[in-house]
Amino acid sequence: MSAPETTTGATTVPGAVAPATAVQVTGVDKVFETQGGRVHALEGIDLTIAAGEFVSLIGPSGCGKSTLMRLIADLDGPTTGSIAVFGKTPTQARLDQEYGIAFQQAGLLPWRTVAANVALPLELHGVAPTARRTKVDELLEMVGLAEFADRYPDQLSGGMQQRVAIARSLAEQPRLLLMDEPFGALDEMTREKMQADLVRIAGETGAAVVFVTHSIPEAVFLSDRVVVMSPRPGRIREIVPMRLGGTAAAADAATGVAATAAARTARTEGLREDRSFFEMVTAVREALHGAPVAMGARGVETR
Amino acid sequence: MTPRAARRTAVVGWGIAGVVLLVVLWEGYKLLAPADGVLIGETRVLPRTTDLAMPHVWDMFGRLAEPVTRSPSAQPLWSVILLGALTTLGIAAAGWLVGVVVGVGLALVMQRWRLAEWGLLPWIVLSQTVPLIAFAPIVKSWGSRVEIGSFEWQDWMSVALIASYLAFFPIAIGALKGLQSPDRIHEELMRSYAAGYWATLVKLRFPAAVPYLLPALRLGAANAVIGAVVAEVSTGLQGGIGRLLIQFAGQASGDPAKAWGPIFGAVVLGLVAAGSVALLGVILKNYRRTEEAA
Repeated sequence: MSAPETTTGATTVPGAVAPATAVQVTGVDKVFETQGGRVHALEGIDLTIAAGEFVSLIGPSGCGKSTLMRLIADLDGPTTGSIAVFGKTPTQARLDQEYGIAFQQAGLLPWRTVAANVALPLELHGVAPTARRTKVDELLEMVGLAEFADRYPDQLSGGMQQRVAIARSLAEQPRLLLMDEPFGALDEMTREKMQADLVRIAGETGAAVVFVTHSIPEAVFLSDRVVVMSPRPGRIREIVPMRLGGTAAAADAATGVAATAAARTARTEGLREDRSFFEMVTAVREALHGAPVAMGARGVETR
Repeated sequence: MTPRAARRTAVVGWGIAGVVLLVVLWEGYKLLAPADGVLIGETRVLPRTTDLAMPHVWDMFGRLAEPVTRSPSAQPLWSVILLGALTTLGIAAAGWLVGVVVGVGLALVMQRWRLAEWGLLPWIVLSQTVPLIAFAPIVKSWGSRVEIGSFEWQDWMSVALIASYLAFFPIAIGALKGLQSPDRIHEELMRSYAAGYWATLVKLRFPAAVPYLLPALRLGAANAVIGAVVAEVSTGLQGGIGRLLIQFAGQASGDPAKAWGPIFGAVVLGLVAAGSVALLGVILKNYRRTEEAA
């Protein structure tokens, strides 16, 4: 695989060329035929996610945020409209292993050790055993579970299981990470630790992330942009760019991936106490509730 | 003593207690109840307690050590029964293997195609309502006409076939349930890895099916033994424990304890068959883990 090594965006020339697009969603509708009739899960979704960008999808239950992620992952198809993942159809992107995925449940295979679980995608794609072992060791090191390689999932806590799942989603060095409320089932302390880990990992790998959540502080802490959605039918209500700390001015998704990646690695625990953090939480909350905005500039979808 | 060892001791203890209870009941009833049994009107609701109907437990086991017949060259009863039991075990094992292949094969077809499940499952259930005794002679007579090249159908094969007929049912049902058991999240994960049908089968469905397959295989083993014994009786196959059951029962009026020998043999046979599958479960123990944190 020829995934570019865009570690912390150092290899991209800032502002010179438009960065590659990771995900392009154009005019997507999704209608589910159920026994109770037609359910309009998504309507008129337009969204562009740049390579290396961290985008959260937030909204109340039934707003279609998970559905949108599943369409990008080709676990389901759109009713109308089109989706491109790195310029390919979602199916081709899935076959080419362009993305890694993690769900709310860790979804580890209980009969496999931690190491064997992380190795599963590599094993399925015919990676040689020695290369596989090296890669697995490296990934477990990254999520801080190196000494648990030979344990079984039932011997780990929920947070550790979820870290294994994240390591597994990174196994193929994907340029895109799709995460559906991966920390939803964790307690608050583990959750904050995992968020910090994810920010670091995403920064190190330079992958674009689509992160589904219903926690506003989580979305703000992690994201370059927060996509606020409203339910029935699922629509994008607003896209709020995150301007946090000192790097805020440069963090514009369309032009400065290098800057956003740098900003992302700068996200530390201190940020949770920062004034700009609370301002962004307020901005997202107001977008969610549809109230007039009191402060901060609002982002406009860039397409 | 660790809790684990304590539990093991308890299991063994209860097992022994059960056997002892059975012996106490048998001998207690024999001691206390009237010789002619208990009758309500003309109907006998509890058996006679004569030595002819209910030999003492020690007589039954003592008889095992004695020779089969009074002929000086006769082998001890236990060795004849052991040989018969081993013969039947071999036939039952062959039947069980055929049952595994057919049962798992049917489950694979039914798992792959929903339509096949709708079409096949009722027939599979229906197949078990046909009494075994009814078609055992038919299988034998069909078998005797089979002759392909140098291959000639043997009578024991008919018995194995009938055993497999009983064995495949629980295996097919258990395997189907097991193959359908993976969580949606695991299926979607395999899809996201672009894993095809076979890769998903090997890496996900079969491992996930193990907890369902093991009890099914054990049930299949027990069924295969019953099927083999019954088929031996109804096809008149020599050499197995089924034949000994009939033969010694015929001699029960003169030698009542002897008839119980093959019955014990059949019980041990069933235990050995089920135990062998339990051994399989020990080997596959990692496939019986669940994901939930302990």
